[in-house]
Amino acid sequence: MTFTTPQIDWVPLTPILIVLGAAALGILLEAFIKAPQTRRLVQVGVALFALTSAGAVAVAHWVTLEGAGTIVMRDMVTVDRQSIAWQILIVLFAILAALLYADRTKAGEGAFTPLGAAAPGSAEETLARRKGLELTEVFPLLLFATGGMMLFTAVTDYVFLFVALELLSLPLYIMVSLARRRRLLSHEAALKYFLLGAFSSALYLFGAALIYGATAQTSMVGVGTLIPLIGGNDPILMVGVVMVLAGLFFKLGAAPFHSWVPDVYQGAPTPVVAFMAAATKAAAAAALLRIIYTSVHTLGWELNILIWTVAIASMVVGTVVALAQTDIKRMFAYSWIAHAGFILVAVAGFSDEALSALPFYVLTYGLASVGAFAVMTQVREREADGTVAAEAPRLGQWTGLGSRSPFLAGAMALFLMSLAGIPLTAGFVGKFVAFGAALSVGAWPLALIGVIASAVAAFFYVRLIVLMFFTDTPDVVKDAVAIDETPLARAVIIATGVSVLVLGVFPAWALGLSDQAAVFVTGLAGS
Amino acid sequence: MNPMNFVILAAILFSIGASAVLLRRNAIVAFMGVELMLNAANLALVAFSRLHGQLEGQVMAFFVMVVAAAEVVVGLALIIAVFRARTNISLDEPAELRG
Repeated sequence: MTFTTPQIDWVPLTPILIVLGAAALGILLEAFIKAPQTRRLVQVGVALFALTSAGAVAVAHWVTLEGAGTIVMRDMVTVDRQSIAWQILIVLFAILAALLYADRTKAGEGAFTPLGAAAPGSAEETLARRKGLELTEVFPLLLFATGGMMLFTAVTDYVFLFVALELLSLPLYIMVSLARRRRLLSHEAALKYFLLGAFSSALYLFGAALIYGATAQTSMVGVGTLIPLIGGNDPILMVGVVMVLAGLFFKLGAAPFHSWVPDVYQGAPTPVVAFMAAATKAAAAAALLRIIYTSVHTLGWELNILIWTVAIASMVVGTVVALAQTDIKRMFAYSWIAHAGFILVAVAGFSDEALSALPFYVLTYGLASVGAFAVMTQVREREADGTVAAEAPRLGQWTGLGSRSPFLAGAMALFLMSLAGIPLTAGFVGKFVAFGAALSVGAWPLALIGVIASAVAAFFYVRLIVLMFFTDTPDVVKDAVAIDETPLARAVIIATGVSVLVLGVFPAWALGLSDQAAVFVTGLAGS
Repeated sequence: MNPMNFVILAAILFSIGASAVLLRRNAIVAFMGVELMLNAANLALVAFSRLHGQLEGQVMAFFVMVVAAAEVVVGLALIIAVFRARTNISLDEPAELRG
């Protein structure tokens, strides 16, 4: 029996290979470097070096690329401008997240538990803390998740996409469970995230199997060309498509697949939430775009009903429930759900504009939320004996922050305004192009609901701004809340803050770049 | 035997698994439900592969098995961590995250 060896064009995969290679190297280093502090420094160095060089290679590839892109492996992986744009975004978010991962409070306390296997409050945990152990595996895990997300943007095969989906999800499940403080919450969040995540992956996979059954293909483009021949009446095909999309909506955090989002936001360590908020959203949006535009858009209105329903549900649930939240992370979680709805608004109607609007939109959203979570690492509770403890989660604890730390409160206000979509911030331009994409194909009811939802959302963003600036600090809060000052988190806040302003005031160059990203090598729409 | 019967069996197994995840309170049982769903998808892939006279579906089933094994490792580790902290693994019991 003879085999034809597949033709694989490895070069465009270099950024992904660098990230995954460094992750494997990081696992090896875990075994060989004994001293916790040295190991931590080495791991931080390896992670940052791998991410920046992967980003540089991806940018170089973008600049030198002629035409739309390269088919790396036929029907399996395609690296085109759309996918490179998303990969650059994901690497950027991962670099910012890695800085937050490496950050430590003034008392020298990292965000992660010293020994993940020790039960909370046990003697082992106390001993591990006293010995100064460091859980440095989080850096390889971060790299694995990043590599999985980058692959997720480039895969063009339904079943192979499942492998990338799990590659990005499994490290996230572990990282969510590793908080240093409030470990029971963290465990609970991880368990819920894992069970619901595994459930949605299984849903996705069975959907992919059904699509394979209906079309005898797993390639997205192949399925796309067959759909008009089979038609929307084939129940196996329709059920398969709906299940596949449900799996992706789950990753995107769209209602009604959102129940894990608030719990994970509240329980997970803040750097992990920052990473997930930005990078997972980018990866999920990229895969959703690729599936819809290269494959299932030929289903037309049958598919559109689903997208419209989920978009409206996410915007309504996200904004309305966020109004009632008193925990700042849960408030951001519901705002994340609303933003998932805004992303779907841009996709509805399958306009070509969505392909250029969404990378820019997710960039503005990701920068603002990473910055906001970096601010959250700085506002901490103080215990009765004066030691600085966990982050302050309740909105009341943020009262009067503006007079105590104008820098933090000002940065937070900027990020909140960007998330609300107020002009002169990046978020305004992002929302403008996203809703513009929906309007260009006549999906104006969706854009209208989106604008109303943004107006309602502005209420709870502004409420926090009012709390920070226009409310006097009660003495209880003054004693119980401490402002931390750590160089890495401050650097992340400044970097994201400046980018949010620059993208808000001079968006033209970035919009021009994302316009170039609106191409798929293979596929029917948008090519 | 008609391979379509296997597809129907896969759909039944998938539904049993999904109901276990959604209805059972024990984390281990819910997790077994997830595994049943993944294996149902495998069965469907192999059955469709036979139906179409191709090999692709069977190759994909191997990938899915490896991924499912990795998922078991992570899932059981999490469940054990929760069990050691709380000495039970009921999904109703941990209820500190609400709202």
